[in-house]
Amino acid sequence: MSATDQPLLSVRDLKKHFPIKGGILGRTQAMVQAVDGVSFDVRAGETLGIVGESGCGKSTTAKLLIGLVDRDEGDIELGGKSLGRDISLRALRRDIQMVFQDSYASLNPRMTILDSIAFGARVQGLDDPVGRARRLMARVGLDPDRFAGRYPHELSGGQRQRINIARALVMSPKVVVLDEAVSALDKSVEAQVLNLLSDLRAEFGLTYIFISHDLNVVRYISDRILVMYLGEVVELAPVDMIWAEQAHPYTRSLFSAMPSMDPDNRTQKPPLTGDPPNPIDPPPGCRFHTRCAFAADVCKARHPVLGPMVQGSPHWVACHLHDPASGHPRAGQGVPA
Amino acid sequence: MTPLLQIDHLNVRFKGARNVHAINDLSLTLMPGETLALLGESGSGKSVTLKTLLRLLPEKRTDLTGDITFDGTDIMTLSGRSLRAYRGGDVSMVFQDPGLALDPVYTVGQQIAETVMRHKGISRADAMEVALDMLHRVRIPSAERRLRNYPHELSGGMRQRVMIALALACRPRLLLADEPTTALDATVQIQILLLMRELQREFGMGVIFVTHDIGVAVEISERIAVMYAGQIVEEGSTHDIIRDPRHPYTRGLLAANLHDVERGARLDAIPGAPPSLETRPDSCPFAPRCAFALPACRTALPPVATPGPRRRVACLRADEPLEIAHA
Repeated sequence: MSATDQPLLSVRDLKKHFPIKGGILGRTQAMVQAVDGVSFDVRAGETLGIVGESGCGKSTTAKLLIGLVDRDEGDIELGGKSLGRDISLRALRRDIQMVFQDSYASLNPRMTILDSIAFGARVQGLDDPVGRARRLMARVGLDPDRFAGRYPHELSGGQRQRINIARALVMSPKVVVLDEAVSALDKSVEAQVLNLLSDLRAEFGLTYIFISHDLNVVRYISDRILVMYLGEVVELAPVDMIWAEQAHPYTRSLFSAMPSMDPDNRTQKPPLTGDPPNPIDPPPGCRFHTRCAFAADVCKARHPVLGPMVQGSPHWVACHLHDPASGHPRAGQGVPA
Repeated sequence: MTPLLQIDHLNVRFKGARNVHAINDLSLTLMPGETLALLGESGSGKSVTLKTLLRLLPEKRTDLTGDITFDGTDIMTLSGRSLRAYRGGDVSMVFQDPGLALDPVYTVGQQIAETVMRHKGISRADAMEVALDMLHRVRIPSAERRLRNYPHELSGGMRQRVMIALALACRPRLLLADEPTTALDATVQIQILLLMRELQREFGMGVIFVTHDIGVAVEISERIAVMYAGQIVEEGSTHDIIRDPRHPYTRGLLAANLHDVERGARLDAIPGAPPSLETRPDSCPFAPRCAFALPACRTALPPVATPGPRRRVACLRADEPLEIAHA
C-alpha cells in the first residue's frame, strides 16, 4: 500500500458533547460525552478500522468528520487544509463521502437510483453527472440499462448498498467513511460487497475509514485498528500487532468476546460482566476502570494518555499498565496474561 | 428415547398479493435436552419455523400442511385452552428485540408473575417469589429492586435477561430463541450465550436457537441445521458441520465468516442472492449460485444423503470431495 509520511486526514482533539434537556424549563440536565478528545491520522491509501461497542462514539466520530454533526472542539485537516479555516464544509464533502448502515433509510424513496447517484455531482456542479452515475452503476455491478429507473424499494439490501457506494464515489472523493456499511447484509452478500470495496480501493486509490463491530471484518479490510471506549481512543495499532497483542485490557476483553469457532473448545467464561456504562457522566480517571480486572488507585484518579507502547512504536495505547511512571503497582509490565 | 419434537414434511405458504413458499418440506427431530441451532440468512425460513411451532402465524393468510408432534401431542390441531396452555407453558420463546416483546406499561416483576399465575394457578404473592427467583437465576444484580423496574429502565442486555427469565419462569420443556443476541454488543452477547448454556443444563430443556451467525451457533449448540430457501440443506452435530461441511452453501457460509481468512485475500463469496420463493422450488434452490452445480441439479430436487447417523445433506454431490475453487 502506498502511504506517504504526510497524513491525508488528520483529526486533533475532536469533542462532541450532547446536552440532555429535561424538566419543565427544558434546561440542560446532563451531558453525553459522545466523543471526548479523539485524535488520529489517516495516511493516503490506508484503511483505518474503528471498533467499539454501542455508545463508544464511533458513529459520532464519523458524522463529525463529514460535518453531519457540528463539533464542539477540535481540528479536522484534509491534505494539510483545516476545515473552517482553509476549506469550507462544502468543499470538504467533495473529498470525504460516507456510506451508512441502513441502505434503505439512506436513499430517498422518491428518487430513482440514477437520480440518487447523480444528485451530489449535480449539486457540486461536476460535468456530466448522469454519465458519471451510469458508469459507476456498471462498476458496482448493477447494469444501468436495467436498474437506472428503479426505486430503492425494488432492490435487495445488497443491491441498495452497492448504490450507496456508487453515490459516495460519484464525487471522486479521496476518503470514504463506511459506517457499519456491511453489517446489515447477509454473510454471503457481505463477502461480495467486501470484495467490491477492495477492488474500488485499488482502482480509485481510495482511503477508507471502516467502522464496524465485527472484528473479523475489520481485520480483513483494515491496515490499522482504532479501538474506542466511551468516547475515547484506548488503543491504536497496525492490524497484525493488535492481533498478536491486545495492549489495553478493554481491547483484550473485546477480542475474547468473539465466538471461538471451535466446537471442541468453546468459550467458558465471559471476559466482562455487565453492559458498557452510559456515556452520560462517564467514570473519572480511566473510563474503563469500573470494569477492568487490573484497576488500581491511579486508574480512578488519573486519566491515562494515549501514546506509543515503546518509543517510536506504531502501537499506541492509553493505559497506566504500560507507563512505567504511572504509579500503577504493575506499571511497565503490561497486561497480565 | 422418544423425540421431544418431531416435524414431518412441513410446508408453509403465505397467501396474499404475492405468494411466498416460506417453508418447503421441512422435517426435523429434536431429542429431549438437545440444543439445536437453525442457521440461515434472512428469508431462509428460520423464524417462520419457530412461529409455526408456536402456531403464531395468521391463520387466514397462511397455508399449513404437515405434522408437528410435541411430546406425543399433535400441535397442528391444538386450539383454545389447550393451545394457550401449550404456549408459554410447555414451549416458550425469546425474541430478538426485548424492547418490543416486553410490555412497556408493566414492571418486569408483574409480567413474569402474570405468566406464572396464568400457567401454574398460584397466588400473586407466590408468583412474585418465582419472578424474583428467576431474576436471580439470570444473574440480574439487585434483583429485588429490578423486579419493580419498567423495561425502559433497563439496558439492552438486562432486558434480554428479563426476557429469558420470563420464558423460563414456567419451566418449559422446549425453549425457542429467535436471534436473542443479535441486537447486543459483543461483550454482552457472550454473557447471554453462556447464561443460556448454563440454564439449559440446569433445566434440562430442549432449545432451538435461530441465528445467522455461525460463531454464535458454535457457542450455543450441539447440533446445527442449515436452512436455505425454506428447506434444511444440511444437518449434523456442530462438530461435523464445522469440521466437515458437505453442502456447498454451508461451505460458503463458513468461508464468509472471515474467521481465518488471509487479510486482503479475495473472498470466496457466494455469487447472487437467495431465490424469491414466489414459486415452490422444484429443483435445487441453491443451484443458480453453486460453483459445483451439475445439469441434474437444475432439473430435480437433490436426493438427501445420510453420511452418518443423524447427519443429512441435501446435495447430489454430498459424497464427493469438492474443492472450493471459484472461477
